[in-house]
Amino acid sequence: MNALPILSTVIWLPILAGIAILFTGSDRNAGLARLLALVGSLAGFLVAIPLWGGFDATANGFQFVERALWIEAFNVYYHLGIDGISLLLILLNCLTTVLVVIAGWKVIDTRVAQYMSAFLILSGLMNGVFSALDGLLFYVFFEATLIPMFIIIGVWGGANRVYAALKFFLYTLLGSLLALVALIYLYLNAGGSFAFHDWYEMPIPFAAQVLVFFALFFAFAVKVPMVPVHTWLPDAHVEAPTGGSVVLAAIMLKLGGYGFLRLSLPIVPDASQALAGFIITLSLIAVIYIGLVALVQADMKKLIAYSSISHMGFVTLGIFLFNSIAAEGAIIQMISHGFVSGALFLCVGVLYDRMHSRQIADYGGVVNRMPVFASFFMLFAMANAGLPGTSGFVGEFLVVMGAAKVSFWYAMLAGTTLILGAAYTLWMYKRVVFGAVANDHVAALDDLSAREVTFMAVLAVCVLVMGVYPAPFTDVLHVSVNDLLAHVGRSKLP
Amino acid sequence: MESIGFPVPDLGPAVPEIFLLGAVCTVLLLDVFLSDRSRWVSFLLTLAALVVTGFLVASGGGSTAYTFSDMFVRDPMADVLKMFVCIAVAGILVYGRSYVGLRGMYRGELFALALFATLGMMVMISASHLLLLYLGLELLSLSLYAMVALQRDSRLAVEAAMKYFVLGALASGLLLYGMSMIYGATGTMQLGQIASAIAGSDNPKGWVLGLGVAFLVAGAGFKLGVVPFHMWVPDVYHGAPTAVTLFIGSAPKLAAFALLMRLLVSGLEAMVNDWQQMLWLLSVLSLVIGNLTAIVQTNIKRMLAYSTISHMGFLLLGVLAGDLNGYGSAMFYVVTYVLMSLAAFGMILLLSREGFEAELLDDFKGLNQRSPWYAFLMLLTMFSMAGLPPTVGFYAKLSVLQAAFAAGFVWTTVLAVMFSLVGAFYYLRIVKLMYFDAPQDVTPILPQPDMRVLLSANALAILALGVLPQPLMALCIASIQYSL
Repeated sequence: MNALPILSTVIWLPILAGIAILFTGSDRNAGLARLLALVGSLAGFLVAIPLWGGFDATANGFQFVERALWIEAFNVYYHLGIDGISLLLILLNCLTTVLVVIAGWKVIDTRVAQYMSAFLILSGLMNGVFSALDGLLFYVFFEATLIPMFIIIGVWGGANRVYAALKFFLYTLLGSLLALVALIYLYLNAGGSFAFHDWYEMPIPFAAQVLVFFALFFAFAVKVPMVPVHTWLPDAHVEAPTGGSVVLAAIMLKLGGYGFLRLSLPIVPDASQALAGFIITLSLIAVIYIGLVALVQADMKKLIAYSSISHMGFVTLGIFLFNSIAAEGAIIQMISHGFVSGALFLCVGVLYDRMHSRQIADYGGVVNRMPVFASFFMLFAMANAGLPGTSGFVGEFLVVMGAAKVSFWYAMLAGTTLILGAAYTLWMYKRVVFGAVANDHVAALDDLSAREVTFMAVLAVCVLVMGVYPAPFTDVLHVSVNDLLAHVGRSKLP
Repeated sequence: MESIGFPVPDLGPAVPEIFLLGAVCTVLLLDVFLSDRSRWVSFLLTLAALVVTGFLVASGGGSTAYTFSDMFVRDPMADVLKMFVCIAVAGILVYGRSYVGLRGMYRGELFALALFATLGMMVMISASHLLLLYLGLELLSLSLYAMVALQRDSRLAVEAAMKYFVLGALASGLLLYGMSMIYGATGTMQLGQIASAIAGSDNPKGWVLGLGVAFLVAGAGFKLGVVPFHMWVPDVYHGAPTAVTLFIGSAPKLAAFALLMRLLVSGLEAMVNDWQQMLWLLSVLSLVIGNLTAIVQTNIKRMLAYSTISHMGFLLLGVLAGDLNGYGSAMFYVVTYVLMSLAAFGMILLLSREGFEAELLDDFKGLNQRSPWYAFLMLLTMFSMAGLPPTVGFYAKLSVLQAAFAAGFVWTTVLAVMFSLVGAFYYLRIVKLMYFDAPQDVTPILPQPDMRVLLSANALAILALGVLPQPLMALCIASIQYSL
């Protein structure tokens, strides 16, 4: 379709930049490493822009397709292509990478080259996940993302980083290994093909569909993460460095939601329909129960981590309601959550860099010393609570609306998030920001530097634009989502 | 003119072996006249012998030829395996050079033994007759016993050699016993004739034959080091000088794979239902016990020994699929495994120095701070052993798993996958030690240039073959297809 292999560039440019950064060597060249990382991530973002410009929102099927034989022995193709869903996630990923590089600019001072390189490589790999149209290629990218994140948490993380890194790795590996068995089944069942388009068309008996569904469910539910396989996330978030938390929340969790949309739903539609109630129940438990858990957290990062789980419950809820409003809401929620949770982790990072504490109790009256910061933090907290006019509202509203079409009770229970979300976010905000200056450390705080204002402002613009005028985002989704739902509606029983 | 009495066999297919034999004798004789300072001559001659043998193997042409009254076969599978044997042994010698030099083992005997072992492996790989198979196996085993004991002042090494010898002799006994039963039941020792004798007989599943298969599988299980015939593996790996451990843990696995192929597939394919069940049991036990026991090891050589056991369990998973897909996958797995174990043991050799054996897991602490490059290479190797993309270890596991799945071993596949998760834990622990912990020992790592280049190439090959696995995969699958 397009002469230039844009998708390949979007994947491989950050990876090659990351490798180049590794060769700057020791921390004596840290400045060079940072500069290369910034150039690499900006270039990565710039090459992704033509995707947005050239994307035809009215066309069916995948765009910017690239296809070449990769592993002949297993009939595996290097097959890339995107639809509206992947487009938004790729752009989000490229943008987040730039912000993470800026956020880590001063804060990271040991093994800078490896830090920056890990993020760029991770970014390229995740673009690969979002654009792969071949099962094995998808899996390779999906699994490979574990390695840089493992290193990021373990090397630059907090006190309990080793435990958190191992838990993160083994938990997610457990899920994806089961998915590997499912992929092998699908490969053999399709007569030796890993291509998604073959998998979408082939009939699968119901019992096998259920098994495949659960195997894929483990892989993606751990990533999302859904209750009850969410326990790795608070540990990983708390111990990860700020950049790691941002990428984890903003992009990596989306791999799970994306996996449900790209694999589970179209490949095993009958099982997905039959087991939707199960997923919806788990999602509602996440929304309500995890929302309550978030309320009692004393650690800011942990609170945001639980809030992430609760918000991702909306995503899985929206996906398994099988109507276009809810599905679009789920995808918008994924993007919005990328902005908002990323921003909140950056806010906590800003405080942590100054105070070296994440405990809410150590703060109070921050607004007196950091008014600019307090305003940004306010905006993101409101977005997290789902205030109309921010991106957080759009996704949640669409999902609740979609839920109301299916069942009043779903909508009712999902709607409690607007109360719970407001409660835990704003209560935390109040305790940290308002009130009298709590102690001498708070009294010594400096407001945001120009560098910090940069990434805060970019995210603030995204949150507001998406909240006020979401049409450009939903427009690219309509056709893709309708195609997907039409596909899910067709039975694949033999 | 008619030749009288003794017909000269066609020596063509055996040229590489004949050349290698000549080369061993040359090295052995020449070395006697060399002083310690000019030992490098034997070293280079040994390497040259391996390179030339490799070329002779490679120039074979990819057809199948029998000679020596059908006792010896040269087919594409044999050529590919022999080529990798030559490459692996050459790599072992380069990796081990400074290690053995510092420990007084840099002598002609070592080179001769290494070449004899190589010859043994090549004979094993090309054997199409039970006796020749046994001959090759013993040539390999005896050379290895001697190599383990080469460091004769080391109590551990001598103990390991003793253990290796006694258990190895037992295994050879089992194999011979099995062979004699097969001979009794079929009246021949040539593998092709065994196959046709079984196919042509009225009662192909006579109990003598079944018992023979059981003994053969047990003997082969010993040589492969799979549970429950694995007890020698950790002790020998631990006790042997690391350079010799590297030898034992890498190239002979290629020959052991050939042994399985020749015995079970060329000779006893009709008995597939019998040996499939036995291999299944060995495979599952190896996966479970190998992986679980590896977790509690603190010595990296022991840990890698248990990890080898679990890798051999994976290898058997491919063989027991019982079809070309499975054999091809198993061959790909074994070649990949050799590549990974070369890199892993090479790294241990790299960290060892005069008077210091980098044997403990803790010796890897903080390697990233001492040398980011070697830490990265070890990271690749460990992730590959754990079977994570984008390294070649992933494709090895994938191909074996799909073969087992396709053959109907669905739940075994799930079990194997679960135990590879257990495996991931102890490989990750090495990565954790290298990257997350502070170094205990800050001695600079200064390898010889040849080792530095080869080790880097070795570990990068693991990554490169992970990005583009097709060539190696196709080579293995095609060679199996044309040979069986």
